[in-house]
Amino acid sequence: MAITVRYFASLKESLEKSEDEISGSEDAPLSAKKVWQIANPEKQLPENILVAINMDYATLDDLVQDGDEVAFFPPVTGG
Amino acid sequence: MQVKIYPEDFDPFLEIQSYQKQLSDIAGSYGATSIFIGTMRDFSDGQHVEAMTLEYYPGMTEKQLQKFIVEAQQRWQIFDALVVHRVGLIAPDQTIVLVAVWASHRGDAFDASRYIIEALKSKAPFWKKETLATNEERWITENTNGYLQKKD
Repeated sequence: MAITVRYFASLKESLEKSEDEISGSEDAPLSAKKVWQIANPEKQLPENILVAINMDYATLDDLVQDGDEVAFFPPVTGG
Repeated sequence: MQVKIYPEDFDPFLEIQSYQKQLSDIAGSYGATSIFIGTMRDFSDGQHVEAMTLEYYPGMTEKQLQKFIVEAQQRWQIFDALVVHRVGLIAPDQTIVLVAVWASHRGDAFDASRYIIEALKSKAPFWKKETLATNEERWITENTNGYLQKKD
């Protein structure tokens, strides 16, 4: 199993990393929340964080498959 | 439709002109072009802002912007739309965003361009970090709803 996890903006700065690769014995599919817990075992997911799976908005309960890309980021502020 | 992400300063009026020249197949059909240009201010929350850094999610940002245009095309009778957005280090008075929509009539052009900019503001993955005159940096934490009237 291989899942790419990406972080952006203030979340990236507070975690001091922009990306994780999850691989190993965990069986896919996993919920996005489980992906966060595996990638950040010591850290609770901050409030208001948004989730995307394969570049589409998702929820923490949505399932992540082998090979997917999951992103976590704060509310957007463009334009 | 076209979506562009620029890492450097761009001239929104040249972008409109250049894109409209490519619309020769619908020339004579569109009677309304609605344009929104967002420009960087030098103040925010009562403080002077020296510069701003705009981060984005390459791939997802473009995908979402294209989706907003398709949604606008499904809701209103429009011929075409152009969205250009700046990323990287931005100085006051530089353009942040351009939305242009071509339609037969102004109602569709206005409404579709409004829809696209409001969707961009609330859903496109961009994040702004301001650099204040004190060199302090702060992330903007949320965008306001543009449909709500400001009280001040």
